[in-house]
Amino acid sequence: MTPTGHQGPVGSRPAAAGPELRSWAPLLALIVLCLGFGLAEPGFATVENLWTIADRSAIPLILAVGSTFIILQGSIDLSIEGVMAVSSLTFAMCALNSRTGLDLGVLGLVLAIFAGAGLGLLSGLVTTCLRVPSFMVTLGVWSLSAGIAMLLSGDQPPLIKDPMLRAFGLGRGLAVPNLFLVAVTVVLLGYALQSYTRFGRYSMVIGGGEDLARLLGLPVDRYKVLAFAFAGLLSGLGGALESARIGLGHVEVGVGQMFATITAVVIGGTSLGGGRGGVLQSVVGTLTLAVLTNGMIFVGISPYAQKAVQGALILLAVLVTTWPLRSRLRIVK
Amino acid sequence: MTEPVLRVEGLSKSFAGVCALDDVSIDVRPREVIGLIGENGAGKSTLLKVLAGVLRADRGRIIVRGTPVSSVNVAAAAASGIGIVFQEQAVLPNVTVAENILLGHERRALRAGFYDWRTLYALAVTQLDKLGAGISPSALTATLSFGERQLVEIARALAIEERTRHEPIILFDEPTSMLDAHGTETVLGQIERLRLRASVVFVSHRLDEVLRVSDRICVMVNGRCVSTRDRAMCNIADLERLMLGRELDAAYQQQAPLSTHGRKVRLSVRALSRQNSYQGVSFELHAGEVLGIAALAGSGGESLCRTLFGAERADTGEIVLDGRAVRLREPADAVRLGIGYVPAERRLEGIVGGLGVRENMTLAHLDELRRGPFIDLAGEEQLVKSWIQRLRISTPAADTPAHDLSGGNQQKVVLAKWLIGRKLKLLILDHPMRGLDIGVKAEMFALIRELAREGLGVLLVADTVDEVMALSHSIVVMKDGVISGRFPATAAKPSRLQVLERMV
Repeated sequence: MTPTGHQGPVGSRPAAAGPELRSWAPLLALIVLCLGFGLAEPGFATVENLWTIADRSAIPLILAVGSTFIILQGSIDLSIEGVMAVSSLTFAMCALNSRTGLDLGVLGLVLAIFAGAGLGLLSGLVTTCLRVPSFMVTLGVWSLSAGIAMLLSGDQPPLIKDPMLRAFGLGRGLAVPNLFLVAVTVVLLGYALQSYTRFGRYSMVIGGGEDLARLLGLPVDRYKVLAFAFAGLLSGLGGALESARIGLGHVEVGVGQMFATITAVVIGGTSLGGGRGGVLQSVVGTLTLAVLTNGMIFVGISPYAQKAVQGALILLAVLVTTWPLRSRLRIVK
Repeated sequence: MTEPVLRVEGLSKSFAGVCALDDVSIDVRPREVIGLIGENGAGKSTLLKVLAGVLRADRGRIIVRGTPVSSVNVAAAAASGIGIVFQEQAVLPNVTVAENILLGHERRALRAGFYDWRTLYALAVTQLDKLGAGISPSALTATLSFGERQLVEIARALAIEERTRHEPIILFDEPTSMLDAHGTETVLGQIERLRLRASVVFVSHRLDEVLRVSDRICVMVNGRCVSTRDRAMCNIADLERLMLGRELDAAYQQQAPLSTHGRKVRLSVRALSRQNSYQGVSFELHAGEVLGIAALAGSGGESLCRTLFGAERADTGEIVLDGRAVRLREPADAVRLGIGYVPAERRLEGIVGGLGVRENMTLAHLDELRRGPFIDLAGEEQLVKSWIQRLRISTPAADTPAHDLSGGNQQKVVLAKWLIGRKLKLLILDHPMRGLDIGVKAEMFALIRELAREGLGVLLVADTVDEVMALSHSIVVMKDGVISGRFPATAAKPSRLQVLERMV
């Protein structure tokens, strides 16, 4: 047997440059986008604007890391906005605030994160134990948690009055926005989990062939539940941080984040079918969206058209990532 | 005599009333290679899957080194010392070679919960070295060739050795059926090599291979192990006789001869080729003729069928229907031209399970039942009722969901779907008898003969010689994607042996 082995008649695939190029395409697109906006509008390429982009992308980055694991496994999490709402209100009502007498400080942040993780755990358990598709379950959990958040909120959203937490949400350490530092930490953690733990590697395995993983005796359900809990935890963190920034516990802190997160993960190159992609790809996707949003404001595209551009982008990304699979999906009926 | 490492006692297994394994008993001795042969549907793969923990037996015991085991999944079977190399490769393309080899057993390479990739790679190399395979453990599995991926699977099975502290028993499910000559040599070489550190049970269709590497050969017929022989005690002719050695059922009476003289040519296929599937296939099919293609799985027969139905495209060649060259880009083209297709994967491609019998039957020809923009429901019901009667489909009602019917009745619904079409010219049957019990088979045989008498062209692809012989006027044999034998309707009927020896 030669090391190169033998190419059999079936299952042999052309080892073209295609997949290689595809995996670099999102990063190239991001660079081209930055260069384009930079050349078109000098105000775009300033240090100040780059920190603005970093600040804007902090929470999307945190959310994208969580969603990456779920999408890698071939599931989807649509509950992000609801979970963010619950954690936002939990946080605002536990820290020093205008509504309750509590003043738990950082512990409030921890509680808010736990609330998020709990909701994620719920999604995971229902998905695996009751075998309901994740998109239905998380849609339900979204609705459920939005309702809980509204109950907590009442008609008077709690204002956060803890000066330290407010300062953290808005402030910068060494010119870098604090929230962006948190996001970078989360990204590094996510990358480590993805590359060096069974949680990360099995997520890849489950996405690549769930039936095979079960056949070989892997505890597939356990890792699916873990992924949902982890994503819920990060949604919780995102909701609480957003509250710290705006100084308010509000039902709508996460509005628009679900679609944006999934868009970011997909245009980064993580396939919705699972098994391909990763945290770093999602970072590229998130930054692409942030740069696009920011740049479009600079060159003066109307907010209405911006939405359409974002939608067109996700269609394009899905097309590019699923193109090679098209022939395999054909079934004669 | 040495104690057997694996002892199978009275294993039985049936699927939906059809018996796949019937009281099978086999012993496997240390470092022995057992070849398992038999026709399709004889139960070889089922036996392997039960041993490997993919399927659960209804009755019987599996004993490994004196300890009875009950395996619920492949991991549990592996824990008792049995590893399997699947026919359709069971490797994950999107992770590294090392992860595939050690899947589920990474613990030794974990440091405080984190992967130590260097250790993981080293552990994988230990297994790959047993095979002398120079595959990089860090390579992405998708980048490997077919043969290399198979080595990865074998390496995974070999890793059982360290975990159980015994030599493993490795099962191969038709390892060579998808390979060409060079690939086959490689696999047979691997089996020879494994003899030094494992016991092997392997399934193959190719008798010459089995004779070459097996110590003992077990012949399976209809779910039973009818004979186990030492290699030295048999030759190809013996094995063929054993594989086919049974009385013919009444249903298998031979098709009456047919004179194609003066009959219109329905379908003419000229030098059709599709890469990796079939090469230079040419034949003619007359109106009223049943043309049987005898081909083992993976020999190109199924792919040819799919091409003629527009589901796969040929690279070169021509398809001529009733004297006109046609282009089939998608199945809808074929349906329009009057071609019907009864697929081998009935549940997946033949019926829409959730829909009722009525809807399944008229699905492909709603156009013919149209009145303006609406469907003529009364007409539809009449039509469906008449076909249910004509084909003797036993269904509680016309609207019973198709997946609630037995396999045989489902197959009749699929047939009816095409027969309803007014301009049906050609019917392609891809393994139409698969999974049907003998009673239904007899009915289907009669029906196919009747359809041909009415002037339909029928193209039949099957992998059991009896089936092809019983139904076809003329026979084309395919092996490894090319036509290896032709027995036209005008010539003398071939013997079963003549057909079989061109298939394997």
